[in-house]
Amino acid sequence: MGLTPSTASSVISLHINGEKHQLCVDHRTSLLDVLRENVGLTGTKKGCDQGACGACTVLLDGVRINSCLALAVQYDDREITTIEGVDHPLQEAFVRHDGFQCGYCTPGQICSAIGMLAEHKGGAPSAATEHLSESDGELSDAEIRERMSGNLCRCGAYNGIVAAIGEVAR
Amino acid sequence: MTETLPRAGAGDPVVGRPIDRVDGPAKTTGAAVYSAEVAYPDLAYATLVPATISRGRITSIDTAAATAVRGVITVLTHENAPELKPPQPFNPFNFATFAAGTQVNYLKTDEIFWDGQPVALVVAETLEAAHEAAALVRVAYEERPSAVDFAAEEGNAQPQKANMVLPSGAKKGDAEAAFAASPVKVDLRFTTPPHNHNAIEPHATTAVWDGNRLTVHDSTQSIDWLRTHLALRFDVQPANVRVVSTYVGGGFGGKSVVWAGTILTALAARAIDRPVRMMLTREAVYHTVGARGAATQRVALGAGEDGRLTSLIHTTVARTSRVGGLPETLTSPSRHLYATPTMLLQQHLVEMDLIPPSPMRTPSEGIGSFALESAIDELAYQVGMDPIRFRMLNEPATNPVDGKAFSRRWLPEAYALGAEQFGWSERTPEPGSMRDGRWLVGMGVATAFHPAQQMAANVTVRLSVDGSVVVRCAFQEIGVGAATVQAQIAADALGVPFENVRVEYGDSDLPSSAAAIGSVQTATVANSLLEGCEKLKKRLRSLARRHGTTGQSHGETLARAGLPSLEVAIGSDTRVGKVTGQVKFFTRFLREQRRWMKAAYGAHFCEVRIDQDTGEVRVARWTGVFDFGRVINTKTATSQLRGGIIAGIGMALGEETLVDPRNGRIMNPSLAEYHLPVQADIPQIEVMCLDEPDPTMPLGLTGIGEVGPTGVAAAIANAVHHATGKRIRDLPLTLDKLL
Amino acid sequence: MKSFSYVAVSDVEDAVRAIAAEPNAKFLGGGTNLVDLMRENVERPDVLVDITRLPLNGIEELPDSGIRIGALVRNSELAAHPVIRTRYPMLSQAILHGASAQLRNMATVGGNLMQRTRCLYFYDSASPCNKREQGSGCTAIGGFTRGHAILGASEHCIATHPSDMAVALVALDAVVEVRSEHGTRRIPLADFHRLPGSTPHIETELAPDELITAVEVPGVPVAAMSRYRKVRDRASYAFALVSVAAAMEVRDGRVSAVRLALGGVAPKPWRAHEAEEALLGAPATEESFGRAADAALASAVGQGDNDFKIDLARRTLVATLRRLLTEGSAA
Repeated sequence: MGLTPSTASSVISLHINGEKHQLCVDHRTSLLDVLRENVGLTGTKKGCDQGACGACTVLLDGVRINSCLALAVQYDDREITTIEGVDHPLQEAFVRHDGFQCGYCTPGQICSAIGMLAEHKGGAPSAATEHLSESDGELSDAEIRERMSGNLCRCGAYNGIVAAIGEVAR
Repeated sequence: MTETLPRAGAGDPVVGRPIDRVDGPAKTTGAAVYSAEVAYPDLAYATLVPATISRGRITSIDTAAATAVRGVITVLTHENAPELKPPQPFNPFNFATFAAGTQVNYLKTDEIFWDGQPVALVVAETLEAAHEAAALVRVAYEERPSAVDFAAEEGNAQPQKANMVLPSGAKKGDAEAAFAASPVKVDLRFTTPPHNHNAIEPHATTAVWDGNRLTVHDSTQSIDWLRTHLALRFDVQPANVRVVSTYVGGGFGGKSVVWAGTILTALAARAIDRPVRMMLTREAVYHTVGARGAATQRVALGAGEDGRLTSLIHTTVARTSRVGGLPETLTSPSRHLYATPTMLLQQHLVEMDLIPPSPMRTPSEGIGSFALESAIDELAYQVGMDPIRFRMLNEPATNPVDGKAFSRRWLPEAYALGAEQFGWSERTPEPGSMRDGRWLVGMGVATAFHPAQQMAANVTVRLSVDGSVVVRCAFQEIGVGAATVQAQIAADALGVPFENVRVEYGDSDLPSSAAAIGSVQTATVANSLLEGCEKLKKRLRSLARRHGTTGQSHGETLARAGLPSLEVAIGSDTRVGKVTGQVKFFTRFLREQRRWMKAAYGAHFCEVRIDQDTGEVRVARWTGVFDFGRVINTKTATSQLRGGIIAGIGMALGEETLVDPRNGRIMNPSLAEYHLPVQADIPQIEVMCLDEPDPTMPLGLTGIGEVGPTGVAAAIANAVHHATGKRIRDLPLTLDKLL
Repeated sequence: MKSFSYVAVSDVEDAVRAIAAEPNAKFLGGGTNLVDLMRENVERPDVLVDITRLPLNGIEELPDSGIRIGALVRNSELAAHPVIRTRYPMLSQAILHGASAQLRNMATVGGNLMQRTRCLYFYDSASPCNKREQGSGCTAIGGFTRGHAILGASEHCIATHPSDMAVALVALDAVVEVRSEHGTRRIPLADFHRLPGSTPHIETELAPDELITAVEVPGVPVAAMSRYRKVRDRASYAFALVSVAAAMEVRDGRVSAVRLALGGVAPKPWRAHEAEEALLGAPATEESFGRAADAALASAVGQGDNDFKIDLARRTLVATLRRLLTEGSAA
């Protein structure tokens, strides 16, 4: 791209769940709205559009982000994984441990958990980590709770979510 | 205590087992489609423009700049909106009138009744254009003085009028005199703030007109009410309205009646003759969906030296609006929980210029139990008695308010089991006596209580020659596991494997269901479903006799009879059928009301830890033991009760809608600033169910959605007192109150 | 949100040229705060200059045993960096106590410094606000002020700065490196954010045509012995009511080095110099900690709803120092 700003909309490529999508996006359109309204992948949910609930969590090059605060135009050529592209033991574990009720926060919880497991595996600490200099801490229930606190569940399926993640992680 | 169910054949019983949800795979793969996710060609997007005053009149509305935004199709205001019939006033004999969230006829009036009331609706080709244009609508108002400060208005409250569904008070003996004469007493004032439901799915509607036929995909708790209500507002036959609502992303009362989003999406679709979608912004949910208002309660309790209650006084003040709203029965727990020779209960209401309130999980008992169960704990301390022992001493033999028989009540057993599981005996009663390092430790208990009711539902049950069963009923899957538990019930009732049962739901073209409100839906649908299964089996038996297949499988009987399938219907959705159903329902409702006090009960045990320096409250342990009749699915039931307890923890510790007393404006319409509990707030919650069937309820079950949150805030406040010696009677129980 | 033009730049020269060319342009980093505010119509840029592809995402150790952090380093990456975790544990902790993991994966270091207040009235475009529109008035005063300042506020604005990261950085004497077409300059973080005075709409010393390129943290030996303590209305994912960044070294029972800063209480990350002075050389006791806390809050004023924060800040400061003494560093 040159230095002259393009007005109002731009053409971008998004690699979503392994498939390339060429899209003309309004600059204002969030990654979330592109997924839901332009690409037809409605598994990613809109809960607040304020970055405050985590229902819109997707994986960007494997890293969990809130797609509601991501302007799609910024993510040209990037790799996005949504719940539709996920095939992970967590999904079955969520069902078995009843880690959801209404199901609306669930895709975000699962994408978030996948990203979280990778973060933990990579040695990333959390606010619940007792000793920051140690990078091989166990993923305790307290760690899971803190690391998953960016995903609200109003039905209150929190215990089942911790159980499902704990089982897959350990 | 167990009851043998009639079983019509082979197949393992599945009722009472921890069956995985049938909707699990759809919800964990993103395949479950919610109301804003239905694909339509040529779809337009709508968004609301809220009023920014709480009372007055629109003097001018300028939509030129908004209309000029590229992609805007139309901007609807009271000056140009298509015809819309006003809502009908509340009529207890017509449940469709329940469905009006407010008496305001949106966009058909220039009058403003609350800050946030929709004054315009922008419809555009894209979401982005709609939102851009909404910010450009210019409205001028003539403001009138408004009543928006609950603390200032409380004194203007009037005694609440009773109706046949919602009692407003009760009197037994001379409670004030008995109170005055009591040797031990407490006289306490409790305050609770406004709350919002905050389902994670914002209210969403996709509406499509085909001539005079309307289809709406809507996140609703009440498919049938919505359908009849839309028919009334758009002046079409109910048969011409179809409501599709398969998956609903949580409701908690916020989607039980019909609010602006749904109606105005349908109005917009009519105006532009195209499919229109609107998902409310989170701010718009706060602005246009009524929720719980602030309340104050007085609980005065008197007891003898022996600890027996002599007087129970519970009076409340809550708010309503000038344009409707369903009041809560805040004194409900006091009607039913404790034996007392005298009782005085009275609810008061004050009209305010705020959005009409609407029920929120748990209406009535959620807030009411905070006051009563906190006061009981205080009185137990006054008497010098363990709070569980004190409750058991005052456990009634019959319903305290009217002497009716309890259909079933195992509350003492729940407390006994809970005390053992939780380790209540390790608690030292002296406040401030338990510590763990920098943490002050406290343990508290409180009673959970919610009355059980049923409404009316129609179902069909069809058995096919291959042994498969289809149950059809227009409920929705809002998270309670409705399709799963009804399939379990049908499987056992017909003696077929669980896997053979398929439930069709979520569409008003199906037989109408009761709404997912007030813990009524499961029992209501189960009642009709059991009736349907009996009817089906009766016909199968008669076919079997005729064709000589008695003792053989249902499929064999159908095959021999040359029938591909056999279907029975319970109830009818014709106009006459619905009236008959309503009359039948009311007759049974009134008869049952006279005979029995039915409810779900529970005993909450919690341990809190409070940082000695900062006052931060952490819930460290929880045990809840529940008595709600038969458990259909231990997995989904446990989840729902845990979820209820978590809702209660939110109410206790963080939730508060900030309504600015200067102008009635909600200042935290945001999930960042309205503090729902997050994962880190919630410990492992142990839930146990006594599983004692209720002899008066279908299959012995009562509802469980509402009982979980009741008593939770009191249990926490009681534990906080135990930890610190401080009584907090004002929610939320934030750390500043403990410094 | 109003429509805007967009340009993505790949080197710093282009970035500063692009911003200088447009009077109402803004840099776009992670977007976690800017996009939210644009959606609320609080921010209304004509042009967004996307800087996320600039080569400003390195973390380098400096010869003075300090560290240089590129402005585009993601919050999560900084928090997880081994040098930060061992030499500046309070910085790592501060970051990890902010927002959620998803947001920390998006948000940049430069953006974190530039984030705007969470004042409820600032967010509500129907309420007059001197920050949004100079001279329109402050609706927060007399309103809900639980989240508002007890230090450094003015009669025109009582909003707080919401960052956790910046609280630890200001205690570490961090320096912000900024760049424009006119060159590079370095602004001590302590001076980077402005107090509101009568111009609450001007929040930082950063000129409209300047880009944050890096944050440098000098070698601060005492920082290895540090903790960040955040007190908020729920256990996670909430802004601070009060937070404390504290580093302390004790020799022979006396405080030989100390760094203290407060968050959630002021319009800027609040360095508690008075408390540091009161503590340096004093015996490491509860009494000294109390005196230091009193010094830090000597000029604190409440607004009603937030009066409790004066006491809370005092208690949290003392408790954090006590914990450092008894349990040591968070590293």
